[in-house]
Amino acid sequence: MPVIEVRDVSHSYATGAAERRVLADVAVTLPERRVGVIGANGSGKSTFARLLNGLVVPTSGRVVVDGFDTRSHGKEVRRRVGFCFTDPDAQIVMPTVAEDIAFGLRRRGLSRADVAARVAAALSAYGLDGHADHPAHLLSGGQKQLLALASVLVTEPSVLVMDEPTTLLDLRNASMIASVVAELPQQVVLVTHHLDLVAEFDRVLVFDEGRVVCDDVPALAVAHYRSLMGATS
Amino acid sequence: MTTIGLYLPGSSALHRARAGHKLMVLVLAGAASVFLDEVWQVLVALGVVSVGYGVAGIPLRTALAQLRPLVWVVGAAAVFHVLVNGWQRALVVLGVIVVLVLLAALVTLTTRTTDLVDALVFACRPLRRLGVDPERVGLMLALGVRCVPVVVGLAEEVRDAQRARGLGASPRAFVVPLIVRSLRHADALGEALVARGVED
Repeated sequence: MPVIEVRDVSHSYATGAAERRVLADVAVTLPERRVGVIGANGSGKSTFARLLNGLVVPTSGRVVVDGFDTRSHGKEVRRRVGFCFTDPDAQIVMPTVAEDIAFGLRRRGLSRADVAARVAAALSAYGLDGHADHPAHLLSGGQKQLLALASVLVTEPSVLVMDEPTTLLDLRNASMIASVVAELPQQVVLVTHHLDLVAEFDRVLVFDEGRVVCDDVPALAVAHYRSLMGATS
Repeated sequence: MTTIGLYLPGSSALHRARAGHKLMVLVLAGAASVFLDEVWQVLVALGVVSVGYGVAGIPLRTALAQLRPLVWVVGAAAVFHVLVNGWQRALVVLGVIVVLVLLAALVTLTTRTTDLVDALVFACRPLRRLGVDPERVGLMLALGVRCVPVVVGLAEEVRDAQRARGLGASPRAFVVPLIVRSLRHADALGEALVARGVED
């Protein structure tokens, strides 16, 4: 299991008068297989998630995944860290289902047959068997998120970072995504507002105003978050 | 929802033909269409394209749907040509447009976007010397195809939001939020492309 190290990271968007600090002195090392990230809107969760695959390079501090610094080795990091967004529509870049899954395998030096085999395997693994040639925009919300997930996982990352993957989904689809994620052999960092999703995790971080205010087992972390929200509302 | 020019899976000879060849035929037909002068020639061309649809096994409804966006353009042009050049000339000009659009749609209906992109990337290789990255041109084409339904979806959302707040059909109240949403979508898409390793 790769280790994710976040070393004394602070991050601000914009500079000067408009400067907005979204992360302050975050320092965590994550060797666990399942890590949950919870917190209010605007607490810095999404920025934290984007640090882990180098989508965001911190203003100060370093993020190291499996020995690779996101600042200097973004490519190596992104090969290892798959990222799943909240809105699958933004993540699906090809017009049909099978083509989108194949997209991540371009420029990997795989033969056509190899790509086809991997795409077929991914389609059946995530229940998209009958949809190979369907246009992506005709899928349901849950199917779109499955497609986004399949397209990321077909590249065989060793870490999967998910930024609120179930926020736009109904209960049935959310639990379907949850059960797919539960089966994954990969290390998973999951940002979510669905607190029951992280109940079985190894570790949960609670963010508040850009800081990690609690870092504990799920039951205690969730309790902390609940009291935090109760106190400020 | 629009289904114009979307790939229809199949195994006909046209489906199996190389994407590059199909594009080449389309280009040649476009060039040759300049020489169509008589009504009978246009009818022959229309017949040939119809046979193509038959071979590809495309339902009549889908075939006719390809022409729906043309109605206004062709309608306006028809009035103009009938008044200025007479009905025969009008038939030739409009017939040629219809034939070419049907032919182009036949290509996209029988070809996967990936194959079209690969053919285009191959065709763009000589441009590499001019500093054009063929892979990027291909990606642009794929994203263009993908973005049509997405932007249509955004437009529907904006219209619903307008109605929900009881606003009338003000064009500005429609266009501004649509542009804002499209730009936001573009941002998210860019992020997703980076996450999927496009820049690497």
